[in-house]
Amino acid sequence: MSPSVRLQEMIRVIRSARTQGEERGLIQKECAAIRAQFRQSDNGARTHNLAKLLYVHMLGYPAHFGQMECVRLIASPRYSEKRIGYLGAMMLLDEKQDASLLITNSIKNDLSHSSQHVQSLALCTLACMGSAEMCRDLAPEIERLLGASDSYIKKKAILCAVHIVRKIPELGELYTPLACSLLSEKNHGVLHSAVVLITELCERNPDTLRQFRKTVPELVHIMKGLIMSGYSPEHNVAGISDPFLQVRILRLLRILGRCNDAASDAMNDLLAQVATNTDSSKTAGSAVLYETVLTVMDIRSESGLRVLAVNILGRFLLNNDRNIRYISMTSLQKIVQTDHTAVQRHRGTIVDCLKDQDASVKRRALELSLALVSATNIRTMMKELLVFLSTCPPELRAHTASGIFIAAERYAPSQRWHIDTILHVLITAGGDVRDETVPNLIKLITTASELHCYTVLKLYRALITDISQQSLVQVACWCIGEYGDLLLKGECDDIEPMQLTEDDVLDALETVLQSHMSSPASRAFALTATMKLSTRITNNVDRIRSIVSIYGSCIDVELQQRAVEYNALFKKYDHMRAAVLERMPVIDKSSPGDTLGDLTGEVTKDSSLSKPVPGGSTLPLEPASQAFDLLDLLVPSVTVYEKGGVSLKLQCDSQTETAVTLTFTACNSTQNDITKFTLQAAVPKSIQLQMKAPSGSVLPAGGHSAITQTVVLSNPSKTNLKMRVRLSYSNQGMVCQDTVQIDSFPSPAWT
Amino acid sequence: MIKFLLMINKQGQTRLSKYYDHVDVGKRAALEANVVKCCLFRKKEECSFVEYKDYKLVYRQYAALFIVVGITDDENELSIYELVHNFIEVLDKYFNRVSELDIMFNLDKVHIMLDEMILNGCIVETNKNRILAPLLALDKMAES
Repeated sequence: MSPSVRLQEMIRVIRSARTQGEERGLIQKECAAIRAQFRQSDNGARTHNLAKLLYVHMLGYPAHFGQMECVRLIASPRYSEKRIGYLGAMMLLDEKQDASLLITNSIKNDLSHSSQHVQSLALCTLACMGSAEMCRDLAPEIERLLGASDSYIKKKAILCAVHIVRKIPELGELYTPLACSLLSEKNHGVLHSAVVLITELCERNPDTLRQFRKTVPELVHIMKGLIMSGYSPEHNVAGISDPFLQVRILRLLRILGRCNDAASDAMNDLLAQVATNTDSSKTAGSAVLYETVLTVMDIRSESGLRVLAVNILGRFLLNNDRNIRYISMTSLQKIVQTDHTAVQRHRGTIVDCLKDQDASVKRRALELSLALVSATNIRTMMKELLVFLSTCPPELRAHTASGIFIAAERYAPSQRWHIDTILHVLITAGGDVRDETVPNLIKLITTASELHCYTVLKLYRALITDISQQSLVQVACWCIGEYGDLLLKGECDDIEPMQLTEDDVLDALETVLQSHMSSPASRAFALTATMKLSTRITNNVDRIRSIVSIYGSCIDVELQQRAVEYNALFKKYDHMRAAVLERMPVIDKSSPGDTLGDLTGEVTKDSSLSKPVPGGSTLPLEPASQAFDLLDLLVPSVTVYEKGGVSLKLQCDSQTETAVTLTFTACNSTQNDITKFTLQAAVPKSIQLQMKAPSGSVLPAGGHSAITQTVVLSNPSKTNLKMRVRLSYSNQGMVCQDTVQIDSFPSPAWT
Repeated sequence: MIKFLLMINKQGQTRLSKYYDHVDVGKRAALEANVVKCCLFRKKEECSFVEYKDYKLVYRQYAALFIVVGITDDENELSIYELVHNFIEVLDKYFNRVSELDIMFNLDKVHIMLDEMILNGCIVETNKNRILAPLLALDKMAES
């Protein structure tokens, strides 16, 4: 009798419940009834009750009281009871339950049962939830069944063996001799399972792998048979003969051919044949081709074959089916490092995929495009990337911007192009760029001395259009301050001239100073720029003086300090003003303590400009953005931590009798990006510690830029300075943490 | 290997669940809810493969029912995509144009069919006749 009848009634009743609470009540009543019935030993309705219990379990309600009932039902001689008992065992029992051991004996008996259906039930359950002890007990039984004549049982027994090998790898030796002979079976189900077993054995044990290499010719023969055979109604899926088996065999060939020339040679012909003959108009064919491509890329194949594989991926990119586009992108990403030239041929298609609707395809296209940028195609690629930047989803913006910067830095054909590109990015996505972009751009501008006029005109135009992008505003203010005289001259070769008065320029700077959209850093830039203009313009010096004196009482302490100092410069040190505010020299790219000679994002200044003004206060001639380093080449920078490619340096910015300001600089010289980089510090109780916000939390690979963090220690009792710093970061998904003790601190430049 | 196979409808009610990689019973409901939410959020233009936690999901929608298969990285996604369709074709053949109610009221039979197709996270049999043979034999036994 089918157990479903009463189950159907219960399902109907549950479905009619209108609220969650009602459903819960109904189910609790049913469960109570089922429990009561379980306690009665002799009951004709046991199967129904267990079926109902399993349904309730699927809905998410507790059903552990059914476990013993499963055990009882499995031991029953009737098939229908056994079946529901085994199903219950698979769903309710697992290795951690004690009841699972009780069914070991039943399974053993059922494995030798006369009916193959019963045998298959036992095999299925053992494969699903067999614990290590159960597997050990029953392993010889399974071995016996592997030699059975019935293919229905054989295929299930083989998969059961796979489960046993996964649980107890040593038992793999038991099944190895049989596995080879199984490959000569005709039945596809058995063949499929045999291939899975061999794959599992090879993955576990390298010796077994060597042993199985001699099966490569046999596997090649089977594959050829599958491809060449005509229409076979038994296994046909959309015109391909048993694609599931083909995919499995291809994967096994991949494992056998890896790092082995002989095996790879034997497969070359076959792979070429599969690649050319398989019809890829339906998904089944594409699945086989995909697996072929993965195999070709992984073994030691000849270059012609590799080019064929990349071409298949390129064809996939043009396919209408988005699933196929997605997997081709994923595969191309894996091989772009090794087969760069082959992938370059499909660059056009990849760049087109930047406009795809699917967000994951877009992301992959972006990464591939960035990997494919080279000196020859930089102009065209950059155009596409800039268009993409303006239309891309917000979560990809930061990544795109940083990718564009790195590419521009590596392959810029001319400085003007480089500056244009960075400006374009700032205008489009200034809010998403990293903090180091501002000093990097300023550095770049100072080195391109013939472009100063062009740059400052362009920046001025950008500034008056839009002052919301802070990085752009900061760069523009700095340039206007530096090159204000060129701006006022207004003529330049490459760009249309503008007639500006001094008031226009000062208006622009004042707008930045007063706007609520400007961040404190931007206002600091603007104030310094205004001050610098006092030496570059002739008429409106009074206006500058009044602006500066207004900000002498500003609430923002940083602005106030600057304004007061500039006021002092006007009043007491007017004779030095011109010298102090003169044009900056070209900023040197290298910095001390840099082992790789790469750009670290730090800026060092010439020692002559950081001479302290008599009176004790130091004049900040630079905007105090955190990534800027005011110290000159003479200031010692101590490396306090260096491990695994991550280095941490310490510099002392200033030191008074009771307070020390330090800057930590972290740099990453590995090949992977490091994310979630944080520093924590602890000091002795008598010292107070204040950590300012770090410049970022991501360290890009190759040391292109660094993270800086300022720390202020206040030490009124003048005890010995000691500090313990803990770094934590995430590298390729692994979280790393390290602690370093700092007992000696570097001295600052001026004490 | 295949980690799990779920059939969940749009309202989040599980119609079939089979786990090949053990997940605690308490966590199953949360997993199923998360998975179906993930699939419901996908737009029409997006592909059927989703990266979820440290493995992948392959999903297909048939009317109001989502079939979601969780697979590890070493499985061929397109092949699993085809497997899902094969499974539906088997159900179609047995129930004659299967519907969600058919699956609900004949859950044990659907489990038998699934067990014939997938064992321990690997594909066993994909030929429809061979999959349905034991079930049809059982039905004949039950009638007589």
